[in-house]
Amino acid sequence: MGDASKSVGLPRRGIRRGISGYLNVHPKVKLALILGIPLLWIGVVYLGSLGLLFANGFWRVDVLTSKIVHDWGLRNFQTLWTSKVYRTVTIRTVGIATAVAAVDVILAFPLAFYAARIARPRVRAAILVAVVLPLWSSYLVKTYAWVTITAPNGILDSVLRVFGIPNPDIGASQWAIFLTFAYLWLPFVVLPVYASLERIPESYLEASSDLGGKSWITFRRVIWPMSIPGVVAGSIFAFSLTLGDYIVPILVGNTKFIGNVIYDNVGVANNLPLAAAFAMVPVIVVAAYLALAKRLGAFEAL
Amino acid sequence: MESRTARIAIRVAAGLVLAFLYIPLLVVFLYAFNDSVAQDWPPKGLTLKWFSLAWDDTNMREALGNSIKIALVATFVSLLLGCLAAFAVHRFRFFGRESVSFVLVLPIALPGIVTAMALRSAMGTTGVTFSLWTIMIGHATFCVVVIFNNVIARLRRTTGSIIEASMDLGADGWQTFRYVTLPTLATALVAGGLLAFALSFDEIIVTNFLSGAELTLPKWIFNAIRLPRNRPVANAVALIVIVLSLIPVYFAQRLANPSDPERAGR
Repeated sequence: MGDASKSVGLPRRGIRRGISGYLNVHPKVKLALILGIPLLWIGVVYLGSLGLLFANGFWRVDVLTSKIVHDWGLRNFQTLWTSKVYRTVTIRTVGIATAVAAVDVILAFPLAFYAARIARPRVRAAILVAVVLPLWSSYLVKTYAWVTITAPNGILDSVLRVFGIPNPDIGASQWAIFLTFAYLWLPFVVLPVYASLERIPESYLEASSDLGGKSWITFRRVIWPMSIPGVVAGSIFAFSLTLGDYIVPILVGNTKFIGNVIYDNVGVANNLPLAAAFAMVPVIVVAAYLALAKRLGAFEAL
Repeated sequence: MESRTARIAIRVAAGLVLAFLYIPLLVVFLYAFNDSVAQDWPPKGLTLKWFSLAWDDTNMREALGNSIKIALVATFVSLLLGCLAAFAVHRFRFFGRESVSFVLVLPIALPGIVTAMALRSAMGTTGVTFSLWTIMIGHATFCVVVIFNNVIARLRRTTGSIIEASMDLGADGWQTFRYVTLPTLATALVAGGLLAFALSFDEIIVTNFLSGAELTLPKWIFNAIRLPRNRPVANAVALIVIVLSLIPVYFAQRLANPSDPERAGR
C-alpha cells in the first residue's frame, strides 16, 4: 500500500523537483516567469496607454468626419493657452487645489503632532485608526455628506445664519467645493505628516528647550523643518487628487474644473486630442511642484 | 519640551480636527432616517422607508451585484500581479528594478482622470467594447500597488534565513513557497486584498470612463445624488456602504500590522 502510493507520488514529485531545480539554475527564466505578467500589464499596457494619451495631445480631430487625424502639431496647446475660458478654468483649478493643500496641512499638523508626540501608545493607535477609516470609506458617500451639509437651508446655511450671514446659499459657491475637497483629502495629509513627526528624535526637542528655545522657536527651527518631507508628500496628495477630480464639482458646486472640461471633451464634444492636451496640464503642474520640492531639499531628510 | 498651554492648545485642535473628520459621516447617518425629501436643518421627522425603497430598486441591486463582481475580479488579478511584482523586486536584481514601485504607483499617483483617459483612449483605439471587463482591467491596474506595497513590506520584514532553513532541510522551491513563504505572507495578502476590494468597490473616476451602459454602485449613487428627488434613497444606500466599507478596512488595518498597531495606515 505504502509503496504503491509512493510510486504514484514520486514521478510527479520528480517533475516538480525538476522544474524547481531547473529554475534555481536558471534564475533569468525564473525572473521572466515571475515578472512577465506584471511587466506586460503595467509596463506595456498601462505605460503604453499613457504614451498614446500623450501622443493624442498632438493630434487633431477632423471637423467633418470627427475622426482623429495623426497630424502632429501644437494646436491643442495653443487653443488652451489663448482661450480665455480654458485659462480661467486652469487658474481656478490650480488655485483651489493649492488652497486645499495648504488648509489640509494646517489642519493635519495638530492632529498628527498630538498623535506622534503627545498621545500615549494606545491613544495614538486609536487616532491612527480613526484617521484611516474615513480615508478608506466611500468617496461618493463623503461627497454626498457635503451635498447634504451645503444644501440650501441645510446645516451650514443655518450655522452661517447664526453668525449673521442672511442668505449664505453656500452650496452654489466655490466654498462648498473647497470645503469638500479639504475634507476628502485630509486623511491623506495627516498620515505622511504623522510619519515625519514621529521620526524626530526626542533628544532634538530636549536640546532645543535646554538651549532656551520656547515652544514657538522649537516649532519653527526644529519641528517644522524636519516635518517638511511629510508636509510635501501630504500636500502632493491633496494637490494631485484635487487636480484629477471631476465628480465633486458636478455634485457639490456648479463650477467647471480641468477634470470637467476633459470629461466633457471625451464624452459630449468628442474631442479626445484636446482633452488629452488638457490632461497634460495637471501632470505638468504636479511634476513642477515635485521638482520644486526637490530643489528646496524636501526629500533630503527622507 | 512644549509648554503646558501649547500642549493643551494642540490637544484641543487635534480634537476639533477629529470632529471635522467624523461630523459629515454622522450627517449621512442622521439624514438616512430623515422623513422629508428636502435636506433642511433640522430634519423634521424620522423614518425607515428609504431603506425599503432602496432595496426595492432593481437598478440598485443590479449595480450592487456588478460592483461586487468587478471588485472580486480586480482584487484577484491585482493579488496575482502585485505578488509577482513584489517577489521579483525582493528576490532579484535586474535592470529597472528601482523604478518598479514608481511605475506601479503611477495609476493612483497621477491625477485620476489621466489614468482614466489613458486607458479609455487605448481601449478605444484597439476597438474594445466597454463592458464590466474593461472596468475590471482599469480597477486591477490601480489596485496592484496596494497589494505590492503590503507584500513587499512583509517580505522585507521576514528574515531570509527561514527560507534557507527550509531549503537546507530538503524542501524544493514549491514546498518552500507553500509551507514557508505563503504562511508568512497570508495576513499581508488578506489585508492588501481587503483594501484593494474597498478601493475598487468605491471607484467612480476611472469607472465612468471605462464603462458602457452597465451600472456600478458608485455610478448609481452618483446618478441618484444628481436628482434631488432620489437623494434620500441614495442616503440610505450611502449609510449601508459606509458600514460595509468600514468593516474590511478595520480588519485590514489589524491584519497588516498585528504586532504594532502604531504603524497602522502606513
